[in-house]
Amino acid sequence: MSTSVAAAPEPGAHAIRMQGIDKAFGAVRANRAASLDVLAGEIHALVGENGAGKSTLMKILGGLQKPDAGSLEVNGNDVTGWSTSDAIAAGIGVVHQHFMLVSTLTVAENIVLGQEPVSGGRFDRSRAISDVEKLSEETGLVVAADRKIADLSVGEAQRVEILKTLFRGARILVLDEPTAVLSPPEVRELWTVLRKLRDAGGTIVLITHRLDEVIDISDTITVMRAGETVARLRTADTTPAQIARAMVGRDVALSSRAGASALGAELPEAGSAQPSPPSSDLPSALNVTDLVVVGARGTCEVDGVTFSIRPGEILGIAGVEGNGQTELVEALAGLRPIASGSIRIGGVEVTYRDVARRRDAGLSHIPEDRHRRGLILDYSIADNLVLGLQSSFASRGMLDGTRITDNAGTRIEEFDIRPPSSELPARSLSGGNQQKVVIAREMGREFSVLLASQPTRGVDVGAIEFIHSRLREARGAGKAVLLVSAELNEVLALSDRVAVMYRGKFATVLPVAEATEDVLGEYMIGARKDSAA
Amino acid sequence: MTTGLREKLEEALFPPVVALLIALVCGDLLILSYGQSPAMVYRLLLEGTWGNAYGFGQVLYKATTLTFTGLAVSMGIRAGLFNVGAESQLAAGGFLAAMAGLAVSPGMPGILAIPICMVAAAVGGGIVGAIPGFLKVKFGAHEVIVTIMLNFVVLALLNWAIATHLNVPETLHTTEISSGRLPRVESFIGAFHGSAANLTLIVALLVAVAVWFYLFRSRQGYELRAVGLQPDAAEYGGIRVGKIWFRAMVLSGAIAGLGGINYVLGYKYYYEEGFAGGSGFLGIAVALVGRNHPLGVVLAALFFATLSQGGLAIHAFVPKQMVEVLQGVVILAVAMSVPEVRRALRQARRPAAA
Repeated sequence: MSTSVAAAPEPGAHAIRMQGIDKAFGAVRANRAASLDVLAGEIHALVGENGAGKSTLMKILGGLQKPDAGSLEVNGNDVTGWSTSDAIAAGIGVVHQHFMLVSTLTVAENIVLGQEPVSGGRFDRSRAISDVEKLSEETGLVVAADRKIADLSVGEAQRVEILKTLFRGARILVLDEPTAVLSPPEVRELWTVLRKLRDAGGTIVLITHRLDEVIDISDTITVMRAGETVARLRTADTTPAQIARAMVGRDVALSSRAGASALGAELPEAGSAQPSPPSSDLPSALNVTDLVVVGARGTCEVDGVTFSIRPGEILGIAGVEGNGQTELVEALAGLRPIASGSIRIGGVEVTYRDVARRRDAGLSHIPEDRHRRGLILDYSIADNLVLGLQSSFASRGMLDGTRITDNAGTRIEEFDIRPPSSELPARSLSGGNQQKVVIAREMGREFSVLLASQPTRGVDVGAIEFIHSRLREARGAGKAVLLVSAELNEVLALSDRVAVMYRGKFATVLPVAEATEDVLGEYMIGARKDSAA
Repeated sequence: MTTGLREKLEEALFPPVVALLIALVCGDLLILSYGQSPAMVYRLLLEGTWGNAYGFGQVLYKATTLTFTGLAVSMGIRAGLFNVGAESQLAAGGFLAAMAGLAVSPGMPGILAIPICMVAAAVGGGIVGAIPGFLKVKFGAHEVIVTIMLNFVVLALLNWAIATHLNVPETLHTTEISSGRLPRVESFIGAFHGSAANLTLIVALLVAVAVWFYLFRSRQGYELRAVGLQPDAAEYGGIRVGKIWFRAMVLSGAIAGLGGINYVLGYKYYYEEGFAGGSGFLGIAVALVGRNHPLGVVLAALFFATLSQGGLAIHAFVPKQMVEVLQGVVILAVAMSVPEVRRALRQARRPAAA
């Protein structure tokens, strides 16, 4: 029972072979002919941005989802469409990003939960503890078996999660963003454990989007983008820049570049490309000075960012997701408290104003998550088109139904929202049309500054072009636009200047002419940084 | 547009109807288990309620209080809050209405005294609603816990005040108010003689209409429903979620509190310990069955009032607790049938649409 990792097939054989996996959720195609090949006895990194389809692929592997098409083989057996219990029985263990532990029980109780040792019809606590201690010793995952989960640090809790899957006989371990919650020493400890498991014959699949980690720990890499598998690489033969390009770029043909940017090497203090201000002496529409945003766990999510945007200018922010872009935009919109720094819109200080006052000052905002923030899904299109503007569509406290309907008619026509019926709930629209509703609302009103966060995420090709042309029109009309996008192409196609965010700071701000995918890639992975900030 | 309206109506009406049918079947089985004829018992139930003026008056009286508490709970749910405190809000409203009625000069004309007592009732309920609202916004205390606990606290305080200071000796009620009384229906329509129905029922209907306007036609209602559906999106839209929550709890409490006038100004003319009698809690069921829509709440209030009054009419043949079982079945059936029936409706429509 306490088991193991040792009983795997001989190294070199395929532990996991997924081919042509298709999986759609409604209109969203999470996986499109995705493939994954993992050999027994290797640490395999599955990388890609949020929404690239990594989690869906792993859910299919773990039996939580059934593929619409494609095949899944584990240890040479075709197991397409199996159930979670089949997967567990076959030795697949998934460690989720959010721990599934009972916080009032002890470590040992959690680990044996569901397979409790029993003597005389009663739970055999001492055997549970000794089993867990034995497993802990074998694997090097050190935990105190009799402590309560509630008393553990996050790193310790994660070890318990791993032990739990091993206790159930897992030989193929899937870890979903295991380092997101860990401190650097804890990460190093985790690497040691994973290597040890691998050396004992275990197979490990690691989901992450931190490229330095990929280079550190993995033997092989699969890169996913927009539901497809775009590259399978041997870690020894690649560089972070190549991986980054595969992750975010349109062009996945990997030209071999000098390994100068490999991570871990000393960061070149490149002072080269200082942002050269575009030729314009208009006063800035948006001024941000030394903005600091502190996250829930006390970490600095935005760490002293300073920039300004002029009327008629698009500043694009590139960067691997999770480097503070979301927090920056939410802080600018007034949705997240600011630790220090200041924000001015058209010269007006708005740092301590609430969302509504900032909107009044001329701020429009296309939020990155339209389902959570941008729309009230059960409200009609007409009602959604006045969200945030409800005061100006009311007189003496009562909503002006006629004006709301007229407004909807105008916007639906102007932004080609389909189907063009203002009474339908927003929920019933396709993703692209939902986004058009958000954009119609935010760009159809009077504004001077637009925050556009992932404006084309999950949107079909036609709508993407439409949205891009709208953003260009806004620039033409003298609006200041902050564009945050995971699509490097989008940032390069639309922006006048490009900033790269890395670990909460602007690693650089470049005029778009100097920003190539290669250059940005190096800043994105932290191999280069300009600013002293 | 017209089909959209039809679909909406179907989705609103089918679940309660299905729930009612399920309850009827359960009722049949229960009645049969007592060796009685379901047809006879149901006939008695209807004759004792809608079949004669007195019974109908009693139904109207009970439905009036339930309309207030049902609207109060709905108002909370529309803002994403579960107000379990309508019971004590109702009691506090009745209490302050009686205090106001006793405080104004006995000769004050009704046109002045009645509004004063009504405002007092709304204020009483509003204060009891404001406490959980404040604690939620300020400290994140869950409104369900606070309202449940506050029920005990408020009811005990009122009990203490009545039992020790304000009662007529040997009773648990205050002295009667003389100004501020609302006329009974019997004074206009003789047939209602003896029933407690009074003009509060007009107030209840007006409040239902006002709540509908507030929720679906006012800016504040737009914001309140937005917060209830998606607080993150509401916040994004510049709506201050905490402010809306507080306001919704105050309004919810005030509506429940206003319900206190039905008993105090319209029926007994005094505050009596325990007059709320579970109407606050039944308001949760009324809101649920009425789908949190003012019209639905009025209909659901009539339905629950009918069951409750009908229990007295059938008592000779089956225990009157049977109707309480039926109430429970209806609540469960509605809770289950809402999503299920909707899904079935949509399924049935799909081939036609395609």
